[in-house]
Amino acid sequence: MINKLDSALRFHQEALSLRARRQEVLSANIAHADTPNYKARDFDFSSALSQAVERGRPSTASALATTSTRHIAGESQGGGDADLLYRMPTQSSIDGNTVEMDAERVSFADNAMRYEANLTILSSKIKSLLSAVQS
Amino acid sequence: MPYSNSSIGIFQIAGSAMAAQSQRMNTTASNLANADSISGPDGQPYRAKQVVFEMAPANGQAIGGVRVARVVDDPSPLRLQHDPKNPLANADGYVAMPNVNVVEEMVNMISASRSYQANVEVLNTAKTLMLKTLTIGQ
Repeated sequence: MINKLDSALRFHQEALSLRARRQEVLSANIAHADTPNYKARDFDFSSALSQAVERGRPSTASALATTSTRHIAGESQGGGDADLLYRMPTQSSIDGNTVEMDAERVSFADNAMRYEANLTILSSKIKSLLSAVQS
Repeated sequence: MPYSNSSIGIFQIAGSAMAAQSQRMNTTASNLANADSISGPDGQPYRAKQVVFEMAPANGQAIGGVRVARVVDDPSPLRLQHDPKNPLANADGYVAMPNVNVVEEMVNMISASRSYQANVEVLNTAKTLMLKTLTIGQ
């Protein structure tokens, strides 16, 4: 039962955590608008999501050390680093910084809206599951 | 918004950027205020200061906050002004003035304030999303 609930919500969970990760990356870009030689980062959301859904989370470095055979192997949760890429600047600046503030702000707002949309869908999914349980 | 697996969240990143930008604004204020200070505690004219930003990634992370790496003195030459009556004038009657470029400083100030605003907006968006996240399933 719990398994089914988990799989019903898994897609949205992965999408949400990747959106949160992307929000973080974009906020770092905006923060570094004036840092010399900073290269703007981003990742391909759809490929990261399909990778997270199909092959599970990319394994992260930290895992629990097991000293007994009866220990359960612990895997760290949370979105592992999606492959961070470098953005190609359309107008490079003289100090080597490739942050384009307008593009970053647009991506940031777009990502925030999609995060909210994701939240709304997740909420309504939980509600419909709940009404199925209660009726 | 969850902190994913990294301990550096949006709040730390945007917060560090705001701190760095306000230090830049402080430097600009000092430069503008001392644009005519021909003698400092060391007897030398004031030299314009500039901050140098750098990225401060947490261990093993690809992204991170902003940090002021150092505050450097502007190496450009001092401005010489002809003023023979000034007690600090040299033998030829010239006084060494600070190398502050007021126009450049104004541009710096506007740039710093715009960057600061952008980070405030990032922070507000992150806060809104986080509050919305807390209401999942309600």
